[in-house]
Amino acid sequence: MAEVRDREVAAARAPALHVPHEEALGFWRKYVFSTDHKVIGIQYAVTGLLFLLFGFSLMMLMRWQLAYPEQPLPWIGRLLGDSRAPGGVMLPEFYNQLGAMHGTIMVFLGVVPLAVGGFGNFVLPLQIGAPDMAFPKVNMASYWCYFLGGVTMFVSFFAPGGAAQAGWTSYPPLAAITPFWGQVLWLVGMVFLITSSLLGSINFITTTIQLRAEGMTFFRLPFFVWAQFVTAFLLLLAFPPLEAAAVLQLMDRIAGTSFFMPSGLVVSGQPLEISGGGSPLLWQHLFWFLAHPEVYVLILPAMGIVAEVIANNTRKPLWGYRTMVYSVVFLGFMSFIVWAHHMFLTGMGTTIAGFFQTTTMIISVPSVIILTALFLSLWGGSIRFTTPMLFALAFLPMFGIGGLTGLPLGLSATDIHLHDTYYVIGHFHYVVAPGTIFALFAGIYHWFPKATGRKMSEFLGKLHFWPSLVFMNMVFFPMLIQGLAGVSRRLYDGGAMYTHAQEVLYWNKIMSFGAWGLAVAQLPFVVNFFRSIRGGEPVSRNPWEATTLEWAAPSPPPHGNFERPPVVYRGPYEYSVPGSAAGYLPQHVAAEH
Amino acid sequence: MDEHALDIKKHVRIYITVFVALLALTLITVAVSYLHLPKVPAIALALLIATVKGSLVACYFMHLISERKLIFIVLIFTGIFFTGLLLLPYFTEMDVVGR
Amino acid sequence: MQLPYAATARPDTGVTNGKLGTWLFLASEVMLFGALFATYIILRVGATHWPHGAELLNVPLATINTAVLITSSVTMVMAWASCAQRSLGRFRLYMGLTILLGAVFLVIKYFEYAAKIHHHLYPRTNTFLAIYFTLTGLHAFHVFGGMVLNAYFWGPGVRLWRENPEWFTHRVEHAGLFWHFVDLVWIFLFPTLYLL
Repeated sequence: MAEVRDREVAAARAPALHVPHEEALGFWRKYVFSTDHKVIGIQYAVTGLLFLLFGFSLMMLMRWQLAYPEQPLPWIGRLLGDSRAPGGVMLPEFYNQLGAMHGTIMVFLGVVPLAVGGFGNFVLPLQIGAPDMAFPKVNMASYWCYFLGGVTMFVSFFAPGGAAQAGWTSYPPLAAITPFWGQVLWLVGMVFLITSSLLGSINFITTTIQLRAEGMTFFRLPFFVWAQFVTAFLLLLAFPPLEAAAVLQLMDRIAGTSFFMPSGLVVSGQPLEISGGGSPLLWQHLFWFLAHPEVYVLILPAMGIVAEVIANNTRKPLWGYRTMVYSVVFLGFMSFIVWAHHMFLTGMGTTIAGFFQTTTMIISVPSVIILTALFLSLWGGSIRFTTPMLFALAFLPMFGIGGLTGLPLGLSATDIHLHDTYYVIGHFHYVVAPGTIFALFAGIYHWFPKATGRKMSEFLGKLHFWPSLVFMNMVFFPMLIQGLAGVSRRLYDGGAMYTHAQEVLYWNKIMSFGAWGLAVAQLPFVVNFFRSIRGGEPVSRNPWEATTLEWAAPSPPPHGNFERPPVVYRGPYEYSVPGSAAGYLPQHVAAEH
Repeated sequence: MDEHALDIKKHVRIYITVFVALLALTLITVAVSYLHLPKVPAIALALLIATVKGSLVACYFMHLISERKLIFIVLIFTGIFFTGLLLLPYFTEMDVVGR
Repeated sequence: MQLPYAATARPDTGVTNGKLGTWLFLASEVMLFGALFATYIILRVGATHWPHGAELLNVPLATINTAVLITSSVTMVMAWASCAQRSLGRFRLYMGLTILLGAVFLVIKYFEYAAKIHHHLYPRTNTFLAIYFTLTGLHAFHVFGGMVLNAYFWGPGVRLWRENPEWFTHRVEHAGLFWHFVDLVWIFLFPTLYLL
């Protein structure tokens, strides 16, 4: 009886939200130019997934060249045309375009839009009990800015001279002398993407601070929200210098300035007619000032997703929630002062190298704390091996390998041997591919029922998971081996011309088959995704018996999310509470007695 | 409402005072530049005057002096990273192997 | 849908959404201009010869421009004060002056640039001019953006004044924060480029 009275009191305190009639909005305003965070989240997620597929395809082309150097590409070779692959054999310039755009697309058009734009937009307002983001129109603008940036990047492949081909890092002076349009469109595309990120980050931070429901204190926030919150600060403060740098490189290209062009440059035997006096290292500083925090942008949302999935599927609270929160905030802060560990080989003196090595070693600590806490969260749990949980579990050792392989890169003495080798590529792919992308898959399987009202197939999910895990390791582990043997990155022939690489060359074929196998392993996911939208098992609000607020809303939630603004009574992971009727206590349910 | 109006009138007086101070500091900083001081004192003095001017604009025109703790926290962290961005590349340029 | 704390401050944080959002945006702008100032430092320490500002630039004109911007900051804050005192007429007067002074700034800038071009001084001529044109150009772009924003509140945006004068006052305050920030950047830009 008291329970009923509590609920009535709570309902009276929280007035019903005014939800405008959805039928009043036409198709375009409801599904295309929507200001609803859930629609925008899905737009980001779908566009992000498409770009992930595209970026993946670019890499699969590269892996042909690496496995079978100078052999014609079957079928696709003819389609590429003579400017890219005469006789079906990929030109080195085209290989470089594939490399530069694979990195750019995966990082900026794929992973971040899906992890932050997709998951952040869809889940964050729901998890804090808000009706939408603080600035819905700005949210819509940020998606379309991203879309424009994506189109610009895509179109650059068809520009005279092809797409950007100086690596995703676009270092001048090389980036200044590659074909004009590809690089210029890359720079313009980056300006769009950065603007989109800035608008988004302002929204995320304001929303998290201002729109938390009654009773949702900061230390009752799900870890996912904390992760997105810190990520938003990284985007807000680290991206602008790259935007400035992009403008400067555009000035170098279009206005003939020498921001990054040193004096005395000679290209193809001709001295360049520029003023000189610029600094290529300046670009590196401005680029890495963003690009280092960017890698934490890639991993933090993933850690957030894994935390949610683990707590839910172990039926127990996260171990060390507070410690994880302090760690993620500290990590965010440190990420701004480590960047020059990407520049150890630029002639850096020992004092400043010592500074950056120290900060880099320090930043590994909060990462390890978070990973350890996630591992310890499994201890004593009643583990449900659902598909999201399998991906979340695999994330842990995969991110572990990725993180540990980063340590010799963060110390300049060992970095001398490993910088710009395949070891680096192996390291960061372990973190992003079987790391972040696995976490993103976990998130898709976990939140698909909330977004669609239907579950994805467990059978197809497992058919997706197991081969993916095997092939991920088949592609990326040998990179560590090749890198340790001294094989450089960004080599058109995969190291074939170097004597020191001969003994490890055979791995190229194995890695390529791993990559193509990985592609095939994604087919069950694609089938599952589309089939489940209409044909999946229908679910109620809370099919996973979860505690966080998004599961209190209908599946899918209507415009405005909650029938009444929720009130929060407890922390986010009250699982297996003794005496609770359902075996867990959702955050929004008043005390039982 | 009357108190509110009085409040704004007090603010307006502050704005005018700050305005005069800013114009004066502008003239001072230009005058100092004609002294052609050596590089380090010239830079230090110019930046000092600019910081004072900037603080006046921030504190009084942007109401920072009566703003909430939350805004200050955001700005302090921004300031830390801004300082890092300005100093760390400079220090890296100064500490080069062989120099 | 009226979102919570759009027009009234949230009790525990003490700010409206718009106030927080505006300051966050300004924080990102600090980093944007910070990168350009860092560029200035790196280019200058790496240069064999770096001209004194007065050698290549028009200090008197820029001093006038500094006074113009400072004055426009005063008119801007007076525009906000007029809103707070619920006087639409005075708001439009002061906001109009602010926009006008912004235009004066840009016109003077135009004359500065035109003189440079006339003397064959381009961004590509040397790194000092490169950073000069880029820093002042990006700043001028922000002045223009601020003018557009202010013009919106002076013109079509006044509609909100009739519906909710308090929210309108908040939004004018936020526009003012952006405008003051643009003035603040110039306060550092002017001595750095012209006087050192």
